[in-house]
This record gives sequence, structure tokens and C-alpha cells, in this order.
Amino acid sequence: MPVSRIDTRFADLKAQNKGAFVAYIMAGDPDLETSFELLKGLPAAGADLIELGFPFSDPMAEGPTIQRAAERSLKNGTKIKDVFELVRRFREIDQDTPIILMGYMNPVESRGYANWAASMREVGADGLIVVDCPPEEADGLTDALDTEDLALIRLATPTSDDNRLQTLVRRTRGFIYYVSVAGVTGVKEADANAIAAPVSRVREAGGLPVAVGFGIRTPERAAEVARVADAAVVGSALVEEIKNSLPQLTDVKTKVLEKAANLAHAVHTAR
Amino acid sequence: MNDAVLRSNAYSQPDAKGRFGEFGGLYVPETLMPLVLELNEAWQVARNDPAFWSEYHSLLKFFVGRPSPLYFAERLTEHFGGAKIYFKREELNHTGAHKINNCIGQVLMAKRMGRTRIIAETGAGQHGVASATVCARFDLPCIVYMGALDVERQKPNVFRMKLLGTEVVPVINGNGTLKDAMNEALRDWVTNVHDTYYMIGTAAGMHPYPEMVREFQTVIGKETRQQILELEGRLPDAVIAAVGGGSNAIGMFHPFIDDESVKIVGVEAAGHGLDVYNGHAASLNGGRPGVLHGNRTYLLQDDDGQILEGHSISAGLDYPGIGPEHAYLFDIGRAKYVTATDQDALEAFALTSKLEGIIPALESSHAIARVGDLAKEVGKGGIVVLNLSGRGDKDIFTVAKAMGETMGGM
Repeated sequence: MPVSRIDTRFADLKAQNKGAFVAYIMAGDPDLETSFELLKGLPAAGADLIELGFPFSDPMAEGPTIQRAAERSLKNGTKIKDVFELVRRFREIDQDTPIILMGYMNPVESRGYANWAASMREVGADGLIVVDCPPEEADGLTDALDTEDLALIRLATPTSDDNRLQTLVRRTRGFIYYVSVAGVTGVKEADANAIAAPVSRVREAGGLPVAVGFGIRTPERAAEVARVADAAVVGSALVEEIKNSLPQLTDVKTKVLEKAANLAHAVHTAR
Repeated sequence: MNDAVLRSNAYSQPDAKGRFGEFGGLYVPETLMPLVLELNEAWQVARNDPAFWSEYHSLLKFFVGRPSPLYFAERLTEHFGGAKIYFKREELNHTGAHKINNCIGQVLMAKRMGRTRIIAETGAGQHGVASATVCARFDLPCIVYMGALDVERQKPNVFRMKLLGTEVVPVINGNGTLKDAMNEALRDWVTNVHDTYYMIGTAAGMHPYPEMVREFQTVIGKETRQQILELEGRLPDAVIAAVGGGSNAIGMFHPFIDDESVKIVGVEAAGHGLDVYNGHAASLNGGRPGVLHGNRTYLLQDDDGQILEGHSISAGLDYPGIGPEHAYLFDIGRAKYVTATDQDALEAFALTSKLEGIIPALESSHAIARVGDLAKEVGKGGIVVLNLSGRGDKDIFTVAKAMGETMGGM
């Protein structure tokens, strides 16, 4: 099921000529129960796929918003086993929405590739994005994920030329994530006009759907992206709503899910 | 073992993928990959270009003041009563530490590659000052990321950098130390890929930095070989150096790796003690392998793979990782890595100031704290060379505070 859950979701949306809305939240931000409530609510709010960040102490490609989210999560004592547990609980109530885990290499290394992949499979996660694991270092991890029929999703960037794209798409499954700005998450804004050409280059090189993320903050921008890409990913803008609801978590679920619903609507009606 | 056998097994690390055994590699976000691969290509060309090395050596001679002396530390030798102790006087270099050797090499790389903006991270501030210095000399704008805690404990170096025209950016994330400064420098690099050169200060990070920085620092060990042959007519029995990221140590060690008669000893910072959880910066003696800042190496981390901050009184050693080549030398047993606590380093700092008239950096003081044991182990008639990697002027405020003395001014 795992990789095919991603494939099925993209195929269904394509048949309806719709882009996918991908929502990112950080597991355990600010606590595990809030994350679970948000996970539970996101599909109904219109999230077609969910990226679930697993916290790392040194997230070197994140802007301040996601950095603070990881800090809040770790400060509250989130362990990697808790992240897997969140996915398991989500799968009990939703068997169709793909879950992509996203984070950094060291927690994966620490658990061991085979153990990590087996845990993902067991709880019902479908794909993995490791920000600091380029193809050059990914063979062992890809082998472990392939064994469990899980997708290692690669990042393509504005600095990827055609030659590099060929390296990137090897052994990638599910979809390809196009990082629309050279920079950290949630700081620069994506230029929708500038992404059309690279997105089609990436799609052609990989023969897979292309999700665009890293600089999408508003429904307008999400809609523009959904016109040229297969999916629009929003992370920092959702995480900001969590931050804004602190310290009492006032209306956190309403705020985050409303924002997600607005973004999802924009994506789904863009074409 | 005879020399012929040794030579036929000559050490050659890393491999083409930047691996020292299972350590090293290049674990960076994809946005940076083309840059890092381009840097590696440029470096492989430069390292085989005599003109590159000729400019490098000329700058080392006339701008840095090399060669640095190899000095017989007579009173310290008497004090410990074992082997003769020599100091390789890297603290006499321009800017007061070994760091400038690397910065000269890297600024020439930046120029070759047409980069117009330099970023760097710094802990103790020595690499920041060295970066600021070469950037002033070569008229390049320089931004140095420095943990807020380090900005506080290394004020003289912060002021030096500003005088040299560098912008110092205090980093408040995490604990405000070297690892956090490195994260922030990487974030800058990923955002400014088109014009920026990242001048990493130690023999760590992603390939080719561990190899490239080592090659810019081996001038230390190469000079030492030649100088000890002139002074004593033979190689030393042991070399010793403090290890944080490990660039001064690998610069001293590397030219001796094939000489099996030469013991190689690195000294890690044990902070409050190796048995204090998160209270030391000894990645090899108190950590385990993992991936951080572009390379696979030994790291201070918890059971879940979260990086620990660690602690050392020395800002330059206060880092939860170590260069991948040290991880390799540790694993194969070619080098031995021991530790010294904050207290040991403070005592060595005071002892060297009084006996030798040299105020050593707190980093180097960690090596001095263990050189007595090594000199006794080698014994009378033997020779030990210690890399005195930096001078201690920058540390006097920290030391005064630890001694309970108050100083006005800074």
C-alpha cells in the first residue's frame, strides 16, 4: 500500500484536473495531542497529503518559524517513537491520506535505516524526505525503504541543472519536491511565474508528479502554483498559526484548520 | 616494522567521495549540492596547480610570518621530568593562531571561483578574526556568525573583527555556541548561493572541506618534521594537540601518520567531566557516530539522535562533533584521544604562563594539560612536540572569571 497510496492520491486528483494541497506540521508542536487533533482535522479541511515533520535539534535548512516549532516540540519531550505513534493513531481513522515524514538525517541514522523503514511501514507512513541526504549518500537508506515499499522523496531546487536532475530522479518514488526558492523554509516568497519552466523540467526528468514548496504563504500564491505544479506545499504559514495561538493554544485547531481550508480551496479551484 | 613496508601502505584518505573509512561524506541540502560539487572540482584543480601553492606559501611567509618556530620548552620539560617537550609556536602567527593558514588557502579558493562575498562561523573568534583579516587583505565583504554566548565570552575578538571591517552576527538559537553559528552560516549559504563562499574554520563539514582544510593546515606538521630533524636529527616520539573540530591537530598529525614510531595523541575537552551528562565536548570519548553539518562523524547526541550542546570552558572546543578524519584515526587506532577537563586546562594555562612566559589559548591548554603524562610515558631521552595552536590573550577574561578575579574594561 504505502507508495501506491501516494500514487493513487495523485492519480485521483489528476483525473479531476485538480492540484494537490499538501499540509506540513511539526509533530509535537507544541505537544503531541495538539498534533494529533490537527492531523485528524487536516483531511477534512482539504489536505490531500500530509507532511509530518519529525523534530531535529539542528534543522539547518529551516527558517525561524520551523526552527521554533522543532524547539517547542523537543522542549515538550517529543521522541521519534512518539512521531511514529501519531502516524499509527492517524491511520486508524484515515487509510487514504498519504503521510510523508520530513526531517533530518541524524535521527534516521540513530535509529538505523532498516529499523526506521520497518517502523514507518508498521505505523502506515508512506514516504520520507530527508533534507540533508542527497542522492550521493542515499543508497543505504533507499534500499531499506524499498524493502518496505516506501518512497524516498527527493528535493530538486533552483540550483539543479539538467545533469543534476538526472542524478536526483534516480530511485525516487511517489513525487518530487521542488524547492521553489534558494533559501530556508518560510522566508522568501515563491515567484509563480518563475517556477513553471523548472517544474515541467523536473516533471519530465522524473516522470512523477511535482510538488512545490518552501515559499507559499497565501491562497493566491498556492493557486498560482497549483496551476503549474501537481501539488502546493504549505508549512511555515500553518505553523505560524500554531505559534500565534500560544501560550494557551487558544483556538489552535480552528485557526490552523481554517487556514488550511482556505489554502486547500484555492488549490482545488485553481484550474 | 620497517620503513619500506610502511611506505607501501601509505595512508591516503579520503576516497573520491570524501570518505575517511565510514566517516565524512557530503550530507547537505540539495540546494547546496551543486555548489559543494563545484567547490570540490575547483579544489581538485587548485591542489595540483603549482601557481596556487606558490601564492599560498608566499602569503604564509610574508603576511602570516611563517615558518613558526619549534621551541624547546625547557622549564616545562624540567617540571614534568620526562621527554623533551617542544612547542610548535602557531600562536606567533599573524592573528595569533593556526586558523590563518586555512583562511589564506580558502580566500585564494574564493578568488579562483569568482565569489564576491565571504561567510564564516566562529567559536572562540580566532577563525572569525582570521577570516576578517584575509577578507580585509583581499577586499571582500565578510559576515561572521558567532553564538551569542561566545560573543559574550570572546569580546576582544569581536572587536577585532569589527575593526577589520567584518560584520559579526550574534546567533541566539540553541545555546548560542559554535554549532548554532554553523547552522546559521549554512542557512545564509543556502539563501545566497549565487555569490557566496563559505569559509569553514575547521577540518570538518562536507567534502571537500575536511580534506581541503587539512591540506592548508599540514604546513604545521611539515615544518615540524623539518625543524625537529634540524634540531634533533630525528623524528619525535610523539605529537600532541587539542581537538575540537580538529584542524590544528590534523595539521600536525597528518604528516606523521605513516611514521609508525611517532605516537599521535589528541586531547578532547572533558568540560565538567566525562561522567557529567551533556557537560563535556569529547565527541570521541563520550559520543557515537551520526550525521551533522554535512559529515558522518562522532557526535554528542542523545538516544534519539538529537544533538547535545556539550560544554567546554574553551569556546573553540565547545562543539558536539569532530572532523571525520579524527573519527577514522580513532576507529583504526592510529591516533589515541585522551581528555582534559576545564580545571585541568586552567591549571595548564597558569603553569605555562609562569614557567614559559607564554600565555596559551585555552584550547591549547587542554593539550598542555596532558603533555606531562605523555612526556613521562615517552620517558627521558625522548621527544614530544605539542602544537601550541593559539595565544591566550583572548581568554584572559574567561580565566580571570574562573579564578574569581574581576577585571575592568571589556
